[in-house]
Amino acid sequence: MERNEIFNKVVELAVDKLSAEKAEIKEETNFIEDLNADSLDVVDFVMALEGEFDMEIPEDDVEKIKTVKDAVDYIVNK
Amino acid sequence: MTIYSAIKGYGHYLPERVLDNHYFEKIVDTNDEWIRSRTGIVTRHFTAEGETASTMAVEAAKKALANANMSADDIDLILVGTVTGDMRYPSTATLVHKALGISKPIPSMDLQAACAGFVYATSIADSFIKAGVYKNVLVVGVENLSKFTDMQDRNTCVLFGDGAGAVVVSASEEPGILGFHLAADGNFSHLIEFPADGSKTPTTEETVKQRLHYTTMEGQETYKQAVKDMTSAAQIVLGKLDMTVDDVTWLVPHQANIRIIKSVATRLKIAIDKVYTNVDRIGNTSAASIPIALSELNGDNKIKKGDIIVLSALGSGLTWGALVFKQI
Repeated sequence: MERNEIFNKVVELAVDKLSAEKAEIKEETNFIEDLNADSLDVVDFVMALEGEFDMEIPEDDVEKIKTVKDAVDYIVNK
Repeated sequence: MTIYSAIKGYGHYLPERVLDNHYFEKIVDTNDEWIRSRTGIVTRHFTAEGETASTMAVEAAKKALANANMSADDIDLILVGTVTGDMRYPSTATLVHKALGISKPIPSMDLQAACAGFVYATSIADSFIKAGVYKNVLVVGVENLSKFTDMQDRNTCVLFGDGAGAVVVSASEEPGILGFHLAADGNFSHLIEFPADGSKTPTTEETVKQRLHYTTMEGQETYKQAVKDMTSAAQIVLGKLDMTVDDVTWLVPHQANIRIIKSVATRLKIAIDKVYTNVDRIGNTSAASIPIALSELNGDNKIKKGDIIVLSALGSGLTWGALVFKQI
């Protein structure tokens, strides 16, 4: 999958799981600081990523996924 | 003739003392809005002086027996799901046996599967009955978690409550309990622990000072596993029965956190008005949560003959499971 395609999917899931507006989501958007997500929202979002991209994201890696860019990079590098 | 099992009576007990979220604002750095948005919990019940797991279990058991039109001497097995029994031993089940005044020396045992304890115990009752070993099993889920919760830990102290729920599972000509799926994965044993007071870390002055005699929980990872496993367990057992959520009258999930419940409901694609919740009033009562919920539903005449009810729970271990029954 192209990076751009992954980015669009990540944005879609952020809109769905974090009640974010599509227009406000950029590469550097921080889920907790910019989208007011709490720790459980992040877990929901990570589970949605796992489902969408058919992968397991271990607990330790979840902590590294703070921004949209972190999420996209993580998926690209898997 | 094939022997089936069915749930014949429901009862529950909640201690009188009710604590709202503002109580916790005074003892730890938290607030009502934070607790509500993270957990959905508004109030919980805590035991008063003199109340214990067995005293609550007995109250719930008496109501379940009355609801089933049975006397305590009709029971031939007692199963108590709990992690907060009166003592390390004897089992709380034997204390229930005594307090109910049962004249025969019927087998009585505790079952430790944490928040999945009631689903485990009811599955075992079903299996014993189907094997023709016992006819009337008293199944109790009871917890006195307030005594095992660190009131200095803001992440856990707001979550738990006390209470008991009980059912009578009896032999039946018609199938009541239709199926179950039980599971455990010890690789997740670190997620919810009671660190001291076992053979690994016996009680010393030091363990008390280090506050090791309380429940610890890794909230995020537990949340994730709960959503996944409570969903899959329900799907597996419904699949085995060739049923779908459309056949289900009520989903009664373990009441740990409203967000887990909603997420499980979304994944199961079950309408939210078919999902019973009382976590707002009662908090997480571990093994007691599902039988309390069932007893409330029954008391409100919301369970009718022929209704299909799905139970699903996950707890420390991790242990998890789901059970499907039809109201007879």
